[in-house]
Amino acid sequence: MEKVLTTHFANERYRRLDTYRRYGGYEALKKAFAMTPEEIIDEVKKANLRGRGGAGFPAGVKWGFLPKDLSRPRVLVINADEGEPGTFKDRLIMSRGPHLLLEGIAISCFALRAHACWIYIRGEFAREAGIVDEAIAEAYAAGFLGKNILESGFDLDVTVHRGAGAYICGEETSLINSLEGKRGWPRLKPPFPASVGAFGLPTIVNNVETIADIPWIVTHGGETFAGLGVEKNGGTRLIGVSGAVNRPGVYELSAGVNLKEIIYHHAGGIRDGKALKAVIPGGSSTPVLRPDEIDVSYDIESMGKIGTMAGSGGVIVIPEGTCMVRSLSVLMNFYAHESCGQCTPCREGTGWLKKIVGRIEAGKGRQGDVELILDLCDNMMGRTICPLADAAVMPAQSFIWKFREEFDRHIGEQKCPYGNRF
Amino acid sequence: MPTLTINGMTVDVPQGTSILNAAKEVGVEIPHYCYHPKLSIAGNCRMCLVEVEKFPKLQTACSTVVTDGMVVRTDTDKVRKAVTGVLELMLIHHPIDCPICDQAGECGLQNYYMKFGLHKSRYALEDKIHKKKVQEIGGQIVLDAERCILCSRCVRFLEEVTGTRELHFFDRADHSEIAIFPGKPLSNNYTGNLADICPVGALTSKDFRFKCRVWFLKVFDSICTGCSKGCNVDAHHKGDILYRLKPRWNDAVNQAWMCDFGRLTYKAMNEARLLTPFVREEGARKVAAWGSLLPDVAFRLKAAADKGGPDRVAVIASPQSSNEELYLLRGLATSLLGTKNLAFTHRVAGDGFADDFLIQADKNPNSRGAVLLGIPGGAAFDALVSKIAGGGIDALLVFGDALGTLSEEETATLLAKVPFVAQVGTNEGPVSKAATAVLPSASVAERGGTFTNHAGRVQRFRFGFPPRGKARNPLEILLSLGNRLGAGWTFSGEASVFRALAESEAPFAGMSYDSIGMFGQEIKC
Repeated sequence: MEKVLTTHFANERYRRLDTYRRYGGYEALKKAFAMTPEEIIDEVKKANLRGRGGAGFPAGVKWGFLPKDLSRPRVLVINADEGEPGTFKDRLIMSRGPHLLLEGIAISCFALRAHACWIYIRGEFAREAGIVDEAIAEAYAAGFLGKNILESGFDLDVTVHRGAGAYICGEETSLINSLEGKRGWPRLKPPFPASVGAFGLPTIVNNVETIADIPWIVTHGGETFAGLGVEKNGGTRLIGVSGAVNRPGVYELSAGVNLKEIIYHHAGGIRDGKALKAVIPGGSSTPVLRPDEIDVSYDIESMGKIGTMAGSGGVIVIPEGTCMVRSLSVLMNFYAHESCGQCTPCREGTGWLKKIVGRIEAGKGRQGDVELILDLCDNMMGRTICPLADAAVMPAQSFIWKFREEFDRHIGEQKCPYGNRF
Repeated sequence: MPTLTINGMTVDVPQGTSILNAAKEVGVEIPHYCYHPKLSIAGNCRMCLVEVEKFPKLQTACSTVVTDGMVVRTDTDKVRKAVTGVLELMLIHHPIDCPICDQAGECGLQNYYMKFGLHKSRYALEDKIHKKKVQEIGGQIVLDAERCILCSRCVRFLEEVTGTRELHFFDRADHSEIAIFPGKPLSNNYTGNLADICPVGALTSKDFRFKCRVWFLKVFDSICTGCSKGCNVDAHHKGDILYRLKPRWNDAVNQAWMCDFGRLTYKAMNEARLLTPFVREEGARKVAAWGSLLPDVAFRLKAAADKGGPDRVAVIASPQSSNEELYLLRGLATSLLGTKNLAFTHRVAGDGFADDFLIQADKNPNSRGAVLLGIPGGAAFDALVSKIAGGGIDALLVFGDALGTLSEEETATLLAKVPFVAQVGTNEGPVSKAATAVLPSASVAERGGTFTNHAGRVQRFRFGFPPRGKARNPLEILLSLGNRLGAGWTFSGEASVFRALAESEAPFAGMSYDSIGMFGQEIKC
């Protein structure tokens, strides 16, 4: 199958500018400069490119939200705060093909008439930040960034900003606050970043993978890109498969690939010949699926129809013999640790969920605890400024809905039937 | 003007109004903690969730702007469950130490729990997270992090109103706390407001802590006497003891705030008060009766004027007096005693500090009123002091407790030059220690009247409770003295004096207590 991003990722030198150019790198930028910004945006709309950060918002539509007047400078911010448990695709792009991202940035900024771009890289990605920094230096030296790029008259400055290790800073307005040097708290919307974003300027925040797709779209045309995927979901996706599979890793597959095929064909099936117990399909926040639910197209709409999400493309495979209460407990610890503390339902609710699930797993669950979790989830879902509360609630609800008997057994037997092992 | 429907009631509101404020128009109360009308919208407490037609999720009423045709419901089961749910989450770590909490009785958590909660706790006691209580953070404030619901009002106040940014959020999730940076305590002149805006007992007033249960307090409208800004205040008292002042909202003067200095001015009304009339005979104080003292003072003033001429008599007015009192005092001095020796002093307190917000350099509430009524201060006062020092005065009537910036010794030396000094004052001070006759006066809480602030706004302060001890309303003292000097005044109460004042004094023309109303009225310039 045609690949958009990862064709040359096996080549360690692809991260260097000379190798990248040998494979046609920055030719798309030259082509873009011959187009008008509107033509580029048009191609992106035709490409049916959906945001790869998790929400799946159409990228072309998002770009259209910028105010029409050009009186205020515009800003592009790249969300490279890849923190969703189970997701590790942007890391691959930054370490293997940083120039894909930079070329995508240059084209996107030209299309958006932005002259400044910040790449907000997750604090833990020290190595990746170094690689991107080196790539930026190469691109400046070669005239692909900076003043008067390729004699086009277009100026662009790209700066790497490293986060400080907060999951919440992957939420776009929180990221903007953090970028500005403020506490990483999501902002109340409206105003949306497209009108008042980073430093008060009209801002577009896009995921690394989304922007890295742009050069290919410019080179091959939006319709060709759209054809790689399915209706409403253009192109390919980087899907990170982790957990008990024989070949965990990142796979570039059509946006409409079958989930079962991802696990059993591309990732080589379940390790140790075990049976499948559950799949978290799109990063830890997405509702869990039972084995009988995974014969489904991985596109955003199909996943939505069965009550879950393709999210950020992080497929977590859980084999038989795993305690689902224990698994949920791990997730709840994560969200209770990462809630920013701004909104009451999330600040207090995530901690409470952690404690209830934790005590059930520890054999100290009380009658009514499961109902309490569900009621608490009801009081948290959709009640906060950003979706972090929802992100904690969706696994909690789905684990209980689909694996209720395990929770009841823990409470009834006052111990973990799996002996507290994973 | 967008029209919206709230719980079936239709209302027109100005463009840009939030649902929360629109609901107030039709008398629907939407519970909230983080929303404060004078601060930016935070939208983080999530108490004000309401159902809006066509919106799949509940919306925060504080941040959602009304659009035409919007249909809002606050009375559905979904909303009630959401509000109760948020309240439950706010309370899970709350220490419920209401019996020892100063906020009890005026606490947002207590009030909304009675309205929307009344649930049994589903939270395991051993799961409660404990945070540091009784933290000294500077200013007039004590912080109890455990009671805090993290609504961020205080953080926003210090960012948006004082610009000093001492309080911040620290840590994350359910360990989040409000705190100062180590070694960087509150350092602004408006810290007392933090206790007012804190909806719970997290920030309490160091001064008021453990003094009185709030439900014993009664409240009346007053004006701060700490400077010429004339901040509108609510005075809280139990019996004849004042416990605290809180800012009363007036957008034309102090918005919703007051300074820390002004907040403590009530103490002078409780402490070191002059409570009985007395005379000083051969250096010793001798309690006197009003019935004999008032005629005596009137007689001594008159006698001095008759004997040495009106120029041997002087009157020192106080900018702490009301417009009404100053008006009568001017009449007494110029018409009845016929003297030109009339000037007003200014209080010693304060160092002339001023800022560009509320605090004025002039630490008196009514200097402007005195000037408008033709009583000079400044140089005229200094000239009068020189005259007294030169032995040119035989009888002196002093309003107020101190003379300008004169120390106790200087005051004693000065007043020793005058054979007869009568004082009308509220507190022990340099003057009461030297005066021949002392007529104790009601404090600002014990009488009514008007002050004219620095900007020429005439504002009423109200009678709170009867004068302590045997103190009397200075207006009554003036009427009594005046009539003994032949004034023939028939005034009854400050309102009648103000009517006469408004008739005769151009700047106040056309004003009445009705037109001054709750928020004051500007003089005609």
